[in-house]
Amino acid sequence: MNNTRRTLLKAGTNGAVLASLFAAGILRPVRVLAADPRRAAFEATGLADALRGLSAGTPAESADLVLKAPDIAENGAVVPVEVISNIPGTTSLSILVDNNPLPLALHVEFSGGGVTETVARLKMAKTSAVRAVAQAGGKFYVARHEIKVTIGGCGG
Amino acid sequence: MASPMKIRARMNGDAAQIRILAVHPMETGLRKDGAGKPIPAHYVQTLTVDVAGKRVARYEVGTSVSKNPLFGFRVRGVKAGDKVVASWVDNKGDTRTDEAVIE
Repeated sequence: MNNTRRTLLKAGTNGAVLASLFAAGILRPVRVLAADPRRAAFEATGLADALRGLSAGTPAESADLVLKAPDIAENGAVVPVEVISNIPGTTSLSILVDNNPLPLALHVEFSGGGVTETVARLKMAKTSAVRAVAQAGGKFYVARHEIKVTIGGCGG
Repeated sequence: MASPMKIRARMNGDAAQIRILAVHPMETGLRKDGAGKPIPAHYVQTLTVDVAGKRVARYEVGTSVSKNPLFGFRVRGVKAGDKVVASWVDNKGDTRTDEAVIE
């Protein structure tokens, strides 16, 4: 367990705490400002931290964001899902599994004619809600679907 | 050396349907082997897809994606014969790039 990272995650958006950590030399800025700004979201061990890492705040429910997934997955190692965003101006989609050890599964950004939809296959440790998050024009939208898992797919 | 991706790209109406299957173990780092030792994490972190030289999608991937991950989406404004180039990078720095042509 990386204690520095845990401290950072707990600190959240509290700038004063971060500033004091920098001052104390505990955090090296070069590590925090990694090339991939979402890596922290992928390493987040809770849904709230993962959403915060995406800067998603509290996304609004939208009927134009469609999450197609099975109601029951017999094998949690491979759960097919499909996300389609009909929200105008959508630029990216993310998929999260609420109860997985690391909830954020994937994030995709579209450009140059890429249609804002994706299929993917998820691992699910246990029965959980899966949520799709779409970003459109600086706003975030969410769609949820509960999937019952009969055999978990995260080993152990 | 990593196994090649399977890429299928086919025109369907005004858009090309693209499906990419990467061959990768996608180890989470949370599993243990038979002797109880943790199996190190080994997973694809990014997958980029270009069609006719233009970036159309950039996937960032975590460990909650299945082994041998499949990605699929559609692209408008392209035509049969355009080249599709897909490229992934995993957390160990391994990389693999494959190409296909839209049918």
